Parts: sequence; structure tokens; C-alpha cells
Amino acid sequence: MSTEIAEVVEKKSEPLFSKKNKKLITNPLDIDNPITVQVLGVCSALAVTTQMMPALVMAIALLVVTASSNVIISLLRNTIPSRIRIIVQLAIVSLWVIMVDQLLKAYVYEVWKQLSVFVGLIITNCIVMGRLEAFAMGNKPGPSLLDGLGNGFGYGLILLLVGFFRELFGGGSIFGFKVFEALGINYTGNGLLLLPAGACIIVGIIIWVQRSINGFREAH
Amino acid sequence: MRQSNLYIILYAAAITIVCGGALALASQGLKPLQDANVELERKQSILTTVLPLKKGDDINALYAARVKESVIDFQGKVKEGLKASDIDVAKEYKKKPEERLLPLYEFRDQTDLTKVNNVVLPVYGFGLWNDIWGFVALQADLNTIQGVSFQHKGETPGLGARISSEEIQDRFKGKSIFDADVLKSVFIQKGEGNDYSNDPHKVDGISGATLTAKGVNNMFVDYFTCYKNYLKKNQSTITQNL
Repeated sequence: MSTEIAEVVEKKSEPLFSKKNKKLITNPLDIDNPITVQVLGVCSALAVTTQMMPALVMAIALLVVTASSNVIISLLRNTIPSRIRIIVQLAIVSLWVIMVDQLLKAYVYEVWKQLSVFVGLIITNCIVMGRLEAFAMGNKPGPSLLDGLGNGFGYGLILLLVGFFRELFGGGSIFGFKVFEALGINYTGNGLLLLPAGACIIVGIIIWVQRSINGFREAH
Repeated sequence: MRQSNLYIILYAAAITIVCGGALALASQGLKPLQDANVELERKQSILTTVLPLKKGDDINALYAARVKESVIDFQGKVKEGLKASDIDVAKEYKKKPEERLLPLYEFRDQTDLTKVNNVVLPVYGFGLWNDIWGFVALQADLNTIQGVSFQHKGETPGLGARISSEEIQDRFKGKSIFDADVLKSVFIQKGEGNDYSNDPHKVDGISGATLTAKGVNNMFVDYFTCYKNYLKKNQSTITQNL
């Protein structure tokens, strides 16, 4: 199955930013968003979005992991024995996740402490494994890179959006800057938004808005 | 060929070696930076117990100028030739109290560097789910608590994890650990929202975190007992020097 896809794509020699390849970046932002449409990676989206800073770092971490794992797996795709391909994918993903974790610990220690287990849990994040199995195993490194970046951006976009509402209305600040205080408004933070349930509600509202704009209908 | 067992075994071995090698390199290369972060955090936790730190304060410089480290034993004798920063409190915690090496940090006065303003003791224990640790600063009378700072590995967010918040840590300020000559320690009570300002050995509780609070209480008793000999021996001499 995977070799079939590979042949179809490899026959044509197309520029990296062809119309079709651009879709690899833009689709995950909206109509194929990993969180709101595919509903993957929701666990971390709830856990790290109480403030925007950790959400941003988490988004960058996932972006680096999906993009680089996609490229490596795509480069290796013709050598990977199909019987152990999941294990090979897992090894590559773990490699990048541990790399990112070590880099965060070395350069942004405070944020690393806040993210704690969630960086490690990128290994089990379905978005990463999903893209490797569904795309990188059957496509060239260039498009795979775009696909990884696209899904990373799509994930990050939702994370930042959720983080924005939770930090603003839950804690009254954005990136730690006290917005309401600066505007001279006396605002008491809404504690519900700081709980995981608050994130669920916001993700739900985002999905609702997105579906009404895109005219989504549930298939019966 | 790609399906043969030999190929699969060799492929798996190669992936393992390459990934393992890359990670070993990264871990070794980044270790100095990571260790510096951990060290800075330790210094920061010690300093926050005695004075409010502002953003942008040079923690390393402040620490080097005003904190004098030493290591003592259960009897309260100073162990020469040992550096407090080399003592792993988590490791010492596993030994019997009488055998532990105990780091001690003296916070000196800004103008008169011979004057000890505060003595900071490390504490280590077990909360509800995992290890908890921190520092307790005593005033020069070696009895009144100047400030505390706690950290934890896995206490429940919103409940036990509140021990690392300033709100909870501030409640310990001004409490006493001795009653006359007897070590009484300080105990977090059950139930939140009660006023214990008249009782020097009781601290208002953390709602929903009774077991984490119990861990903190045990940790205090454990470590104050370890330092008791030193504190009692020096209570008179330091007070005379004031």
C-alpha cells in the first residue's frame, strides 16, 4: 500500500512549493487540523495551555519533532523493513523528543520544568506517529517536511488560541503581561478556564466556529 | 532481501547504535548548561527564603557575596573539607538521621559580613505521590522561621502542588520551631481558612491536601531533629553576638 503511494508521487517531478504541496501546509491549519478535525493530541492541548508561554514552547517542540521525524523517516522509507517499521518510527521520534527535552532543559529551564512530562509525551502524540505512517512512509523528504511543518503549525495554532483565551480570561494576562491591570480594569480571573475543563470548552467552541464557517455536516 | 531476518536484525541494531550515539553526545554536550541551571535553581531557592528576589537580580553574585556554605553532622560539628554544594540531600535523606551529612547555609549581613542574619536548612521528605523538598530559613535566634520554599516532583496540581506557591509558603513566616528548650516543630493543620496567628507552632491547612501537608510536617520533624544539636549549641553564641 505504501509503495503504491510512493510510486505515484515519485513519478512526477514537481517543484517544492507546487500548488499541491502548498496544501500540505495550509490544509492542517484549517480543514484538516490535527486537533479540531482529526481530534489528535488533545491531551497535551488541555494540559499546557493555561499560559501562552508554555503553549508556545510546546508548539515549537512538536513542530520540530514532527518536521524532523517526517524528513528522517522519508529518507529512510525505502530501507525500512516493513515488519519493524513502527519500531523504527518510534525510535526516530524518541530521538528527536529526547533531543528537544535536553535542549529545553539546557536553555529554557523554567519552561522545561513547567512542561515537565508533556514534552516526553510527544513520543506518544498521535499527530507525530500519524504523519509518519500516513505520509512520510510514502513520500519524498521535501513534501514530508512540508507536511510535518503544516501539522506542527496546525497544532500550534490551536494551542496558542486556547492558551490566549485561558490566560487572558483565567489569569488576566498575555505572555505574563497583566493586560487588564495595564488598562486599569479591575478583573477577577475566571478559575474555570484554568482547569482542564475550561480548555475542553474552548476547544469545543473553536470546533463549533470552525465547522459553521466551513459548512461541515456530520455524515449519517 | 528487505524482509530477511538478518537484514531486520542488522537494521534494528544500526538504528539503535546511531540513535543511542546521538543522544549520548547531546546529553554530554548539554550537561554543563543543565547543571548550571540546576545549581542556579538551588541558589535561588535558598535566597528566596530570606529575601524577596526581583527579576534581573544577579543570583550567582548575590549568593557568592552573602551565603557561606558549610556541612555539619548530626552532633552539630562542622565537617571540614566538604562542600555543601556537593552534598546530595536526596541521597542523604535515605540514610539514618544520625549518619546524614547536613548542608548548612549562613546568610550574612549586607554591610557586616561577619554577622549571620539567617541560617538556611535544607529539608527533604515524601509528600503524597513523590518526593518533596525545600529550604527553611531561621532568623538569628535559630528559632523563628524567616521564610520557606518548597518544591515537589508530583503532588496533585491545584491541591498538594500548592506547597510550591508563595501563598502557602508565606503562612510559615514568623512561626517558631522551639518552645523554650524543647523542639516542637511546625505543623500544617487540617482544614483551610482558620486563624493560627496566635499559635507559633500551627499553620493554616491546605484544603484537599491533608496528606501532602502531613508529608511536610514529617519532613520538618525529621530535619529539625537532624539539626537540633547544632541549633541548640549555637542559639546562645549567635544571640550573644547580635
